[in-house]
Amino acid sequence: MSFSSSPANSTNANLIQPTASSAVSLSHVSKIFGRFAALRDLSAEFAAGKLYAILGDNGAGKTTLLRAMVGLAPPTRGTVTVLATEDLRAATAEIGYMAHPTLLYEDMSGMENLRYFAALYGIRDDQPCQHAIHAVGLDPALTRRVGQYSQGMRQRLSLARALVHDPKILFLDEPFSNVDVVSAREMVHVLAHMRDLGKTVFIVTHQAALLQGVADEFVCMAAGQISARTRDLPVAQERSAPPARTTV
Amino acid sequence: MSLAEITRVSLAKDLRLEWRSKDAINSMLFFALLVVVIFSFSFDPTAEESRHIAGGLIWVAFLFAAVVALNQTWARELRNQVLDAYRVSPAPANALFISKAVGNFIFVAVLETLMAPLFMVFYNLRSIGPAYELVVVAILATWALVANGTFFAAMSIRTRSREVMLPLILFPISIPALLAMVSATTAILTGEGSARFWVVLLAVYDVVFTTVCLLLFETVLHAE
Amino acid sequence: MRRLFVILALLTFGLLTFALYEGMVAAPTEQTMGEVQRIFYYHVPSAVTAFTLFLINFVVSIIYLARRSPRVDALAVSTAEVGVVFCTVVLVTGPLWARPVWGIWWTWDARLTSTLLLWLIYVSYLILRRYSTSGQTPVIAAVLAVFGFLDVPFVYLANRLFRTQHPQPVYFGGPGSGADPRMTFALLMNMAAFFAFAALVVWLRFRLERARQDFEETQALEALLQPDVRSPR
Repeated sequence: MSFSSSPANSTNANLIQPTASSAVSLSHVSKIFGRFAALRDLSAEFAAGKLYAILGDNGAGKTTLLRAMVGLAPPTRGTVTVLATEDLRAATAEIGYMAHPTLLYEDMSGMENLRYFAALYGIRDDQPCQHAIHAVGLDPALTRRVGQYSQGMRQRLSLARALVHDPKILFLDEPFSNVDVVSAREMVHVLAHMRDLGKTVFIVTHQAALLQGVADEFVCMAAGQISARTRDLPVAQERSAPPARTTV
Repeated sequence: MSLAEITRVSLAKDLRLEWRSKDAINSMLFFALLVVVIFSFSFDPTAEESRHIAGGLIWVAFLFAAVVALNQTWARELRNQVLDAYRVSPAPANALFISKAVGNFIFVAVLETLMAPLFMVFYNLRSIGPAYELVVVAILATWALVANGTFFAAMSIRTRSREVMLPLILFPISIPALLAMVSATTAILTGEGSARFWVVLLAVYDVVFTTVCLLLFETVLHAE
Repeated sequence: MRRLFVILALLTFGLLTFALYEGMVAAPTEQTMGEVQRIFYYHVPSAVTAFTLFLINFVVSIIYLARRSPRVDALAVSTAEVGVVFCTVVLVTGPLWARPVWGIWWTWDARLTSTLLLWLIYVSYLILRRYSTSGQTPVIAAVLAVFGFLDVPFVYLANRLFRTQHPQPVYFGGPGSGADPRMTFALLMNMAAFFAFAALVVWLRFRLERARQDFEETQALEALLQPDVRSPR
C-alpha cells in the first residue's frame, strides 16, 4: 500500500465471465423501504480480484446495492452471498466499507479515529493504522481534529478507515466526490494497487472517466437493476462525465 | 477481541468525546437546575412537607435531565453516520450497548452527586431514615433509568422527530421503576416504613430489563 | 372469504344483541348497587378482551422477531390497535360505575392504575409505529411490544402496596362470592359476544393492513420503473 507502486495494467481477456471464485453474488435481490423501492430482482456475480466501477443516475440503486453487499441493508427478498457465506455478519472482518458520509468522529484526530475503528476489528497495535494513513497520503503525526480537515483530507482518512483491517473486499461509495483531480488520481492508484494485490474493489462513482483503463468492468445501473456490464467505459458515460472537475 | 475489551475502548472513546465537547453534562446540569428551581418556586414547601414530596421531585428532575444525556449519546453516533462503521465491523453489538449505558450511568451519577446538595439546600432536607440506603436506591434507580433509556434512545433515533420520541416511549415503561424509586426515597427520608420492598422491586426490574436489552440490542442496531 | 366474513359478522351482531338483552333486561337487578351494576357486563368483558389482545400482540411480536414475516406484523398492529380501543372502553366504563358507587370518578388504586399504565404503554407503541421510518417500523415496534408486556408484572407489583378499592373478583373469590345464575349467564354471553366482536374487527384490520402492505410494495416498484423526471443520460 504505497503510492510509488505503479498501477499495473491487468486488462486480460474474459473478464466478464463468472469464475468459480466469486467474491460477491446476488440472487434475485429486491430492497424495498416502505413506499420506496431501491433494488428490483437483481442477480449478479462478481469475481474476486477485480476492480468494478458501478455507474448510474441518482436513484438507480447504486448506494443501496453497496449497502446490501456490506450487510447494512438486508434485502427484502433474495440472497446476498459474500465470500461464500450468506451470513454477512461472519464476513465483516474481510469487508472494508467507505460510505458517502465520512463515518468519522469530528472531535478526534485522524489517528485517534483509526485506532478506535481498528480496535473494533481486534487490532491493538499502531502499525496497521500508521500503514493505512500513509497509504492514503496523510501524516499520522497530524494532531488536528477531523472537524478541521479539508474535504479532500476527510475522504482520504475515510478511505484509510476502510483499509485499516486489510480487508479482502472494498466497497467505496463516491470516494472521489469533492476531491481535487490530483488527489483523486492518487486514490485511483492506491485502489488499482489493492486490486493487483488480489483484493476485490467496488467503486460507486459519478466520475467514471477517472477509472478508465483501471476498472476491470463497468457496471451500469438503472431503475434498481443492472442494465449493462462492459469492459470499456460506456460511451454515454464518457461524454457526460468529464474527468473529475469537481474540486474542493 | 473480547466483549469487555471493545466495551472498554468504546467507553473510553465516549468519555473522551464528552470531555472535549461537554455537550451532555452541561445541558443536563443546567436542565436539572432549572427543574429544581421551578419546582421550588411552585411548591414552596415547609421542611416537613418537603420530606414527603422530595422523593418525587428529585427523581422526576433526574429523569427529565437524563433524557437530555440519552439523546446526546446517539446523536454523536449519527453525525457523519459513524454508527454504520460500527455496524459493518465484527464488533459485538452488546459491547456498544454496555459502553453507552455505562457512559450514561456515569454522566447521570455525576449529575446526581452535584445536584443532591442543592436539593438539600433548597428544600431544607434532612433524612430521618438511614441515609446510606439512599445511595443503594440511587444506584439501582439510575441504572433502571439509563439501561432502558439507552436502549430506547437507540430505537428512537430510527424515527422521525427522534428527540420527542424518546420520552414518549421511555416514560410509560419506566413508570413502575419511577414509582419504586420515589417510594423508596420517600420511605427513607421520612423514616416511615421500610424501603426494602421497593429496593427489591428495583433490583428485579434492573435485572429483567437489562437482560432483555442485551438480548434485543443486536436486533435494534441492525434493523433496517 | 367475503361471504364468510358477512356470515360471521351477522352471527356476531346476533350474539351482541342477545347479550345486550340478557345484560340489560333478563339479569336481575343487583341488591345494593342497583341498575348501575349492569355496566359490569361491559366493563369486565372489555377488560378480558383487551388483555387477551395484548397477550396475542406480545406473542406475535416475538414470532415476528424470529421470522420477520409481514403477515405476523400485520397481526401485531391489528391486535394492538383493537386492544387499545377495548382498554379505552374499560377506562371509560370504570369511572362511570365508580362515581355513583364510590362517590368518586377515579382513584389511584392498584387495578385502575395498572390498567391506565397498560393503556399508556400500548398508546406509545402505536405512536412509535406512526413515527418510525417505514422500513424499520415492524422490528422496532416488536421490540417495544416485548418491553411493554414485560412491564406489566412490575406495574402490578408497584401498585400492589396501594390500598385497593376495586371490588374483589366476584367469582372464585372464596366464601360469600358467587352470583345469581342469570347474572353469570349474562356475563358469559357478553364475554363471548365481545370476543367474537374483537376477533371480527381484528380480522378486518388485519386484512386492511395486508392490503396496505401489498399496495405499498406495488407502488414502490412501480415508482422505480416509471420513466424519470430527469432526462436520461
